[in-house]
Amino acid sequence: MRHIPVTCEQREAMLRAVGCSEMSELFSDVPDEVRLNRPLAIEGGLGEMELVAHLRGLADANEPASGLVSFAGAGCYDHYVPSIVDHVLRRPEFFTAYTPYQPEVSQGTLQAIYEYQSMICALTGMEVANASMYDGATALTEAAMMACRVTRRQRVVCAGTLHPEWRHTLATYAAAGNFDVTFLPSTAEGGVAITGWEAEVSSALEGGDVAALLLSSPNVYGNLEDVSAAASVAHDVGALLVVGANPLLLGVLEAPGIQGADIVVGEGQPLGNAMSFGGPAFGFFACREQHMRHMPGRLVGKTVDVDGNRAFVLTLSTREQHIRREKATSNICSNQALCALAAAVYLSAVGREGLAATARACIEKAHYLRDRLLETGRFAAPWDTPFAHEFALRYEGDVAAMHAALFDRGFVAGVPLSRLDPMVGDSSGNADDLVLFAVTEKRTRAEMDAFAEEVVAL
Amino acid sequence: MTEKIAHTPPHAPSRGPRSLIFETGAPESRCVMPPSPDVPEIDLEEALGGALRAEPPLLPHVTEVEIARHYSHLASMNFGVDSGSYPLGSCTMKYNPRVNEDAARYEGFAGLHPHQPFDSVQGALELMVELAADLGEVAGLPGVTLQPAAGAHGELTALMCFRAYHVDRGDARSKVIIPDSAHGTNPATVAMCGYEVVTVPSDEHGGVDMEVLRAALDADVAALMLTNPNTLGLFDPNILAITDAVHAVGALAYCDGANLNAIMGISRPGDMGFDALHINLHKTFSTPHGGGGPGAGPVCVTEVLAPYLPGPVPYRRDDGTYDLGEPARSIGRVRSFYGNFGILVRAYAYLRALGGSGLREVSEQAVLSANYLKERLREAYDLPYDRTCMHEFVLSGSRQKRESGVRTLDIAKRLLDHGFHPPTVYFPLIVEEALMIEPTETESLEELDRFADAMLAIAKEAAADPDLVKSAPYTTPVRRLDEAGAARKPDLRYRPEE
Amino acid sequence: MYPSDLKYDKEHEWVRMEGDVATIGISHFAQHQLGEVVYVDLPSEGDSVNAGEAFGEIESVKSVSELYSPADGEIIKVNSALSDAPETVNEDPYGEGWMIQIKLADPAQLDGLLSAEEYEAFVSEEA
Repeated sequence: MRHIPVTCEQREAMLRAVGCSEMSELFSDVPDEVRLNRPLAIEGGLGEMELVAHLRGLADANEPASGLVSFAGAGCYDHYVPSIVDHVLRRPEFFTAYTPYQPEVSQGTLQAIYEYQSMICALTGMEVANASMYDGATALTEAAMMACRVTRRQRVVCAGTLHPEWRHTLATYAAAGNFDVTFLPSTAEGGVAITGWEAEVSSALEGGDVAALLLSSPNVYGNLEDVSAAASVAHDVGALLVVGANPLLLGVLEAPGIQGADIVVGEGQPLGNAMSFGGPAFGFFACREQHMRHMPGRLVGKTVDVDGNRAFVLTLSTREQHIRREKATSNICSNQALCALAAAVYLSAVGREGLAATARACIEKAHYLRDRLLETGRFAAPWDTPFAHEFALRYEGDVAAMHAALFDRGFVAGVPLSRLDPMVGDSSGNADDLVLFAVTEKRTRAEMDAFAEEVVAL
Repeated sequence: MTEKIAHTPPHAPSRGPRSLIFETGAPESRCVMPPSPDVPEIDLEEALGGALRAEPPLLPHVTEVEIARHYSHLASMNFGVDSGSYPLGSCTMKYNPRVNEDAARYEGFAGLHPHQPFDSVQGALELMVELAADLGEVAGLPGVTLQPAAGAHGELTALMCFRAYHVDRGDARSKVIIPDSAHGTNPATVAMCGYEVVTVPSDEHGGVDMEVLRAALDADVAALMLTNPNTLGLFDPNILAITDAVHAVGALAYCDGANLNAIMGISRPGDMGFDALHINLHKTFSTPHGGGGPGAGPVCVTEVLAPYLPGPVPYRRDDGTYDLGEPARSIGRVRSFYGNFGILVRAYAYLRALGGSGLREVSEQAVLSANYLKERLREAYDLPYDRTCMHEFVLSGSRQKRESGVRTLDIAKRLLDHGFHPPTVYFPLIVEEALMIEPTETESLEELDRFADAMLAIAKEAAADPDLVKSAPYTTPVRRLDEAGAARKPDLRYRPEE
Repeated sequence: MYPSDLKYDKEHEWVRMEGDVATIGISHFAQHQLGEVVYVDLPSEGDSVNAGEAFGEIESVKSVSELYSPADGEIIKVNSALSDAPETVNEDPYGEGWMIQIKLADPAQLDGLLSAEEYEAFVSEEA
């Protein structure tokens, strides 16, 4: 039998050894009323060659964006992944290991996570980073709940310009009853949450019950928020500032920690992880040392063994569910260790110069493409706000038809905003003709010129 | 000192700690740089509205060979399923088939953007629809979401659905009942979902105490969370009476699917009366644990609860094409995008390799192997719940502790010297000095015997030379750690001034 | 092991009375049961505490226990040295390992505490 090395003969011997004459005796505790007296209706039994053919067939039924000229982003980006990354990930000592609860035989995972934590701290300008969370959206939600613990308050205020999938995740968790969310208007007008909306922001922050202000920079439109201004309005009312960041862009963007953020979170996919239809990747989570005992998730610390050798171990575990149970800081009991490992290998491979050069390339190319698209006359700029490697334009025509026609020509013409979840708390309702374009270092000038020409030819 | 048995990782030219990646290489070292610019340079300071970074981030400077050697060395200090037996109770450390790893990397899967047109991702959606249907069949619960990223995430998702269901009926409730043998995620999830935890003790057979349960059940109870088979590895023969009692007060029954590997094709949680189940694809369905993740925690529910599942969910249209849609009364999404798709591909590959009959054989062998080990070890260690077990069983090291001062932790560490990963220790909490052993079906008889021999040898060592066991391990890359020191003065990141 | 000039409660705290001021720590038995103490979370000076309510937490590597106040009162002093050296609780539980001092609202609340002898008997039952 596939993946069962015990032979039929051995099986009989084992049954005799446990005092049974047939297999069903082992299941005597299972009452007849709940026994399944038929085979499971699940197709299978494919040998490896047939299995590969079947899986290839399903894979080939897709047209992956990675093989096209793609400008799709909106939280998932088509960056180059250096060859070394997957070679490290394929080491079975990494991917077939469990959580490193036995540190004597888990130093590989533990040291890799310690190094990952260090890199996230360096990027975000924070003092403590955990070993990673499920994704950016859940990391944001955990940050909101942590801010409630730190401040002993129950309400968070969330920017209307945060990615709608993150906002929806936050709203789902809030509906479970432990905290409230006030969503700021989804300010399609100016493309940012703070500048120009000071009155709305300060009125939402009134009441002395706000644990945190949540925003991301760049925001869902690709625009940069005024993080320092947000920090000062949040801190004025005793709230924490939670900032969502794109880790790759932090190669050139100012660290949110320097700008006054108290917790920095984000989606780690851009760092060495395949798009993979949106998962798995990881969420990163970093905060200040004074708040570390309120943090969710696992942490690796440095220590020594009995011989005095440097060694690493899971630490501050008393925050976690397996010890504190219903009083734990979160129910999370895993991290996305292998995805975080990919990020650490990626960041080592590009290094600080490579990360900065990659971020700069993305930003410059995005600015180039925006200019080219505006020149076509088919797109209009909804605002003139600083942005990084992603931007929104208004299409003068049928967005769906344009997108489909360009897809047939080998281009993913960005992500129509209507494709994302409906905006939570949307007040403008006029975002449907906006298209988000993201540009990574993989795109060439020739591809962008060709794309602009196809737009003109539509 | 008696003979020490070495645990020798396969690629371990050297042992022990190594420099941090930050301490490797030189400032001019480079590995991968982006191509030269082909668009006009811009003034970043101006373009970014003044948000330009003042100090470059402290990242490593290394060449590719240094990366390869660094991580190769780190790998050699790790123990994985490929290194040897890994009988961690409730973790189901079975072999991870390699073809599944390949499939998840096919560009037709790994290269998909979550927001590319749906008609260009029909193969991916078909895979998700088929996987959901198969998981629903294993569970006996037809509504399935693939969105949760882990078991604990699945627990939370299910409890959120329970809450929405009760609120919809104008019957909001405040308490959730959990047995004292439960995983820590259960009470933590309950608290995160805004419920109060009511803990009930187990009966003398390790099952749910029906009298205590009936006394705890009232119209304010939203749910019972139960692991069946439970964390002692025992199937609760009263399961129908339990779920009936729960339903009688309008509450719902939740099954923690951590132990599903024992019962596939034998008994289905839906048929036991459960309303919801989470499945750990990284346990039962052979996707790797990855050193702590990523896994996936799909949730299966009854038809009544299906409208509350998080959206979007993939479905098959009448014309045979696939799409994503929002359930009618959805609680909303619990993460970005659609789930840990790469993990779903691996689990789907496993299902197609085994099929329904293969899954049943998996469970039968897993249960047989656990009972076989239990028989081999029952004389040398205490067996507090002496019944036919399912896929795992719990021993106690109380005798060793009492007679020679050797604790379960010491036994676990000594197993490392014998070349095995230890079982889960000190869990469940209701057994003193617990050793929770789950061999899984992918261990050969020779390997099971080698593990049993090692456990028997350690029992003898504990009696003859307790200090040998108490100071173990000796042969691992590092030895016992100063965990108190790590917690007292946390050092959680590299600082160059050190 | 259990100094006779102190009073004890069944949560394994000790109390030293000086007028209407009580100094509180945990007993030798408690620190031994916990193992290596790695963190002590204490309230702020000026906070008020109530009898039977938790005023802080004490952690070992793999456990957390709450610290209970035996009486109502106001916290007038906190042993801030424990934040840098939590191991003091193991090394000197009745001396440098003290935790808080409270100004008692009603010293009579402490009348029910155990003497060293009574506490030792209680501990030997528990162990």
